[in-house]
Amino acid sequence: MHPQEWMSVESPGLYCKPADIYIDPMQPVAQAIVTHGHADHARSGHDTVYASDDTIAIMHTRYGEEMAKNTHGLAMGEIKQFGKKDDPVLISLHPAGHILGSCQVRIEYRHQVLVISGDYKRRPDPTCDLFEILPCDVFITEATFALPVFRHPPIEHEIAKLLSSVAVFPDRCHLIGAYALGKCQRVILGLRNAGYSKPIYLHGALIKLCNLYQSRGIDLGELLPVSDVDDKKLLAGEIVIAPPSALADRWSRSLPKLRTVMASGWMQIRARARQRLVELPLIISDHCDWPELLQTIEEVNPQEVWVTHGREDALVHQSTKMGYTTKALRLIGYDDEDETG
Amino acid sequence: MQAFSNLLEQLYYTSSHNAKAALIIDYLRNTPDPDRGWAIAAIAGTLRFDFFKRNTIKQLILERVDPVLFDLSYDYVGEMSETVAHLWPDSHQHNRPLPSLGELVEQFTHASRQAIPDMLIDHLNSMNAAQRWALIKLGTRGLRVGVSARSVKQILARYGDKPVAEIERLWHGIAPPYIELLAWLEGKAAPPDISNKITFSPVMLSHPLSLEEVLPWQGERWQIEHKFDGIRVQLVIKGAEKALFSRNADDISHTFPDLLEQVSVDAVVDGELLVMHGVDVAPFNDLQQRLNKKKPTKKLMETHPAGLVAYDILELENRSLVDLPLEKRRTYLLDWVKRQNTSRVQLSDILPADSESELRSLHQHASDNLAVEGLMLKRVDSIYTPGRPKGQWFKWKREPKLVDAVIMYAQRGHGKRSSYYSDFTFGAWQGETLLPIGKAYSGFTDEELKKLDNWVRRNSIGRFGPVREVKKELVVEVAFDAVHPSSRHKSGVAMRFPRINRIRWDKPANEADTLENVVGLIET
Repeated sequence: MHPQEWMSVESPGLYCKPADIYIDPMQPVAQAIVTHGHADHARSGHDTVYASDDTIAIMHTRYGEEMAKNTHGLAMGEIKQFGKKDDPVLISLHPAGHILGSCQVRIEYRHQVLVISGDYKRRPDPTCDLFEILPCDVFITEATFALPVFRHPPIEHEIAKLLSSVAVFPDRCHLIGAYALGKCQRVILGLRNAGYSKPIYLHGALIKLCNLYQSRGIDLGELLPVSDVDDKKLLAGEIVIAPPSALADRWSRSLPKLRTVMASGWMQIRARARQRLVELPLIISDHCDWPELLQTIEEVNPQEVWVTHGREDALVHQSTKMGYTTKALRLIGYDDEDETG
Repeated sequence: MQAFSNLLEQLYYTSSHNAKAALIIDYLRNTPDPDRGWAIAAIAGTLRFDFFKRNTIKQLILERVDPVLFDLSYDYVGEMSETVAHLWPDSHQHNRPLPSLGELVEQFTHASRQAIPDMLIDHLNSMNAAQRWALIKLGTRGLRVGVSARSVKQILARYGDKPVAEIERLWHGIAPPYIELLAWLEGKAAPPDISNKITFSPVMLSHPLSLEEVLPWQGERWQIEHKFDGIRVQLVIKGAEKALFSRNADDISHTFPDLLEQVSVDAVVDGELLVMHGVDVAPFNDLQQRLNKKKPTKKLMETHPAGLVAYDILELENRSLVDLPLEKRRTYLLDWVKRQNTSRVQLSDILPADSESELRSLHQHASDNLAVEGLMLKRVDSIYTPGRPKGQWFKWKREPKLVDAVIMYAQRGHGKRSSYYSDFTFGAWQGETLLPIGKAYSGFTDEELKKLDNWVRRNSIGRFGPVREVKKELVVEVAFDAVHPSSRHKSGVAMRFPRINRIRWDKPANEADTLENVVGLIET
């Protein structure tokens, strides 16, 4: 049976009727599958949550142990049966390459397969497994950076920009705005891989999640809370990471000779960077750029492509031109702006 | 070209003026002629022609990118050069050496129109996105990196450790790539020879008056004039050539051809530019219609004719007058004005005041004329000294007008103030609703700014991009010089020089002024 008969967009989000389950619902529901831990996909208050073990750990860290009545950790590729016994819906999670614990959702029902990519990227990321190509009838792709102007440079290139700035401005404190989950840890690992071994200083809002990464075996090196530094002048020449909202806020006033840096895919657009008074934009994204979105559609090679949150128009146009039946799924409430880019 | 592109990239993301100056000075030190002079020209906006047209760029990109995707991208990015820079297909020829800035200028200057597209394609192919952006900005003269022509002159002065007035004096007599100028700044050559060129002479400025400085009043020592509410200009006539400069040495001749074609007799004249109907001088709002219009329409020039109220003269028929006292210069000025065959030039009248009370009364009535914003007091023995010499010239503005308005929105400032909410939009009541009537970002002390910032953060109720909407509870006393009717604002009024005079922490918002009160302050 065609997925459009059994998948629909309801007010809490994407809904699979025969399994009675929502994917990344925005409001509390009875059964939810959560693709990854970003706040616009993972909400608290559901009765039962199915997700990867890492995602459940992230949700516990963010929302506390009471974030859902029941949680079920699913291993990558493990098939879980929903719906009626004689008319089952088979659901499994597969790596999406977006952040720690991020998954695609594969749903098979009455001989048709639908894959929900969640947020994903194709570049290697030491904190998660590579995106897996899953053959399917309908592929639901995100479209965060779905315009041909978006072409992300290699992360090594952007980290080199940062380190060269630290060398040129040794008396300035480099404050990097980076989303607390995923981007922050990726920037830290990028620095470590480039041989930067000094302590990296963190805004209080980033500490719990960095600790979680460390406890799950990802070595981020020496991290120190900014609040533990009594004499803030000592931060001259150091690297500090904070959530983007703290970049030009009161919190940053105590830091010496600030150089504001921001790590985000949006930094490719000059005006975006300048709006935020960013002096050093780093184009580091946890999403696909335009060529990677098109490459993924070709490799998955589904019958149909459905496009969700982001710049749907361009991807719908291009995917149609590539010969795929394509439509835009208007899902509201997903945050495609700064924070998770 | 690499060095130029790097410079632009860094300037673009740097907000402090000092840091920008440091970047430019570093570039000047490390870049050969003529490249660095062309870079200066590109930044200061003194390149004489476009290398290529925006339309050529658009054609080229549409041959390479799906038009639907181009439109969607352009919509999103909001700017043509950057859209094209990102969309241009990467040909991975980045290892090919790029031409220098000087070579680029040379090539585009001498290329035939038919050869330009191919040349452009070739260059864009061998560049990365940042370099493509720099080339397109350079070639279409659309460079905006937050460095004005005025700042460029200041930076050059700093580079050569010379007074900025010297650079301003030379500026309009020299042309890119400024090889002689840079050599002089580096102490390697004499200043460029500008004796046969139309140039700007740095102007003499006044101090705000505090009355005790001119008391006890001795009328015979002072020349009193109206302070007209127009823009200060310098008119230069040298043979067939004529130019009009703003007081910051920007050449604004093209904006006011109607005035320039009427004046004659070689001279350098200091005066106020205004819209004038014969001898009747119109208020600033009328002049506003003429400002920043590079090519004014014939109709606009008829309805809003530009004129000059002349008040000083620096040079007449090749004789420099700056070392003469003001009262002597005045006789030469009279002579020059008499020889004009047009009513577009009027002499600034001398107003008599034999006693302090007469002086005060003059000040009180000065603004009965809407085109006048106060008095000028100049010592009759003052010689024409560029800059702001002490005790020579004073401006005595009329008392500002005041309204109590309610803060509606706040925005972060720039530079040092980037973490503070320091730009405020305020409104007046129309019935139960507030309508924005103006914006102010000055008038308060640093201490008050901290309090305002704190208040905004605690009383924020919404966000529109960088703008915060606040609870409509805080009243400020706004001072301003005048208010005019305006069809561009929903409230129908536009204020001149609004600033925050006082913060009325105590005053309830519903007691702030009504829009009707504000409209009542419009003078007609």
